[in-house]
Amino acid sequence: MRYSVLQILRQGLTGNRGWKPVWREPEPKRHYDTIVVGGGGHGLATAYYLASAHGLTDVAVLEKGWLGSGNVGRNTTIVRSNYLLPGNEPFYELSMKLWEGLEQDVNYNAMVSQRGIINLYHSDGQRDAAARRGNAMILAGADAVLLDREALQRKCPYLDFDNERFPIKGGLWQPRGGTVRHDAVAWGYARGADRRGVDLIQNCEVTGFDIRNGVCHGVETQRGTIGADRVAVCVAGSSGRVMGYAGLRLPIESHVLQAFVTEGLKPAIPGVITYGAGHFYVSQSDKGGLVFGGDIDGYNSYAQRGNLPMVEDVCEGGMALMPMIGRARVLRMWGGLVDMSMDGSPFIDKTPVEGLYFNGGWNYGGFKATPASGYCYAHLIATGAPHPVAAEMRLDRFERGAAIDEKGVGAQPNLH
Amino acid sequence: MIIDHPLLGPRDAQEFAILGDASLIDRPDWQAEDAAKLFHDYLHLRDNPAGEHRELWFHEQGDRSWLVVTRSTLTHEVLKVELARDVAIARGRDR
Ligand SMILES: Cc1cc2nc3c(=O)[nH]c(=O)nc-3n(C[C@H](O)[C@H](O)[C@H](O)COP(=O)(O)OP(=O)(O)OC[C@H]3O[C@@H](n4cnc5c(N)ncnc54)[C@H](O)[C@@H]3O)c2cc1C
Repeated sequence: MRYSVLQILRQGLTGNRGWKPVWREPEPKRHYDTIVVGGGGHGLATAYYLASAHGLTDVAVLEKGWLGSGNVGRNTTIVRSNYLLPGNEPFYELSMKLWEGLEQDVNYNAMVSQRGIINLYHSDGQRDAAARRGNAMILAGADAVLLDREALQRKCPYLDFDNERFPIKGGLWQPRGGTVRHDAVAWGYARGADRRGVDLIQNCEVTGFDIRNGVCHGVETQRGTIGADRVAVCVAGSSGRVMGYAGLRLPIESHVLQAFVTEGLKPAIPGVITYGAGHFYVSQSDKGGLVFGGDIDGYNSYAQRGNLPMVEDVCEGGMALMPMIGRARVLRMWGGLVDMSMDGSPFIDKTPVEGLYFNGGWNYGGFKATPASGYCYAHLIATGAPHPVAAEMRLDRFERGAAIDEKGVGAQPNLH
Repeated sequence: MIIDHPLLGPRDAQEFAILGDASLIDRPDWQAEDAAKLFHDYLHLRDNPAGEHRELWFHEQGDRSWLVVTRSTLTHEVLKVELARDVAIARGRDR
């Protein structure tokens, strides 16, 4: 069923009895052309683009829980393409362009809201870095505006501009950045893939690979062995665990990142604001809750929950940036597993095992990448060659001395 | 998390900074034939287990000793704490 205003009217007038389940729940077949492991945003987007851009529909997505039960449903929903390095920025800008057409493409309301993102600067040095980043963004076809203190003050008068330690001098604004309803992204891609014939199989954990003579012939799952010519792993925080089944060690550590939501408030924050002197970012959801977060906890974790010291650190960042936030009450907080890579950048690549592909290392920022990640991964799987904008995102880049280290802190994941 | 420091007793994990996997103690031999590959693996590849993990913590706001903490990455429970010095010596890294 195609969704449209007309459809809503028709269903409304007939007692809403005509709505159908959004996707089928098929039994797994014995063999597929391509199996995608992991039904998060990236896995579902990959399946969608395999079908829609490359006409490959003999595809299954195997998900250990329910669709969207991982990070795609746990993140703080920020999308942006304000990266600096040539290995990253064109990729994230492709993602931004795909976001802009996503809802029409998949025929699903994902609440793509380009309300803008502002990264604050607090010193002359930071302003120069922001100007350089803005230029790099514009060179890659993105948009960037350097705001001085007066312009910023007009947008966000409540920020603590005259903070003694970290006065706010301005910000780098990307007007096309913003937020997207995270669950709806998973559901929209899932529905789009299902409508094109992809089998979405839930409660089907992959527990091993069928690898013979260096070639991957399928996967072992809770529901038996399923054959495939190509197996595309896309499990974010579980990357180390799953690729371990194939005997591969990765340049990745799993960490925990926390997020927080307050009670609903009147509209106060126009877009996304990120603090430049500590790790804190905040936006306001359509329901009015302030959605905010900060740094990862810093230690390896698969627990999907964090500890209090980071809660304190994040809230201190919030208080330093906008003291009025101290009046809001936090309603909910949670943690998600993030796949931190050695240079803070991701991988979309083949592996040494023929027929086995890997997508991961998204750190704390893979939600914005969802469309381009699926698009480029599908391109690699279908054509055998990396998509030009993802050509640097290779597993062997450290061996070649070609790390993509946005922050320049080296091979220590908890510093990225 | 509480880290039971072998010299100072139970301390809040907030006093510490974590470096990562304790395998970082096993620095490869720079004169080995395949030193470039060994150093790549040493620096960049991780076991990243879901379960018991041995890791290096530095008591930055304490006595500034390095510890090897064995901790569950599934529950955050601290299972064992040793002085990194003792671990390194036991692994023959005292030269
Ligand atoms: C608190 C938090 C806030 C974040 N905020 C942002 C943000 O504001 N902006 C941004 O860009 N990014 C953000 N991120 C990062 C972003 O959410 C992730 O990088 C991204 O969602 C990862 O891709 P995914 O959606 O495919 O992952 P997931 O949704 O985690 O998908 C992986 C799936 O694989 C499944 N799986 C695992 N093992 C197996 C197995 N053995 N067999 C079958 N299936 C398996 C999991 O169940 C899961 O559903 C945030 C992350 C967190 C935790």
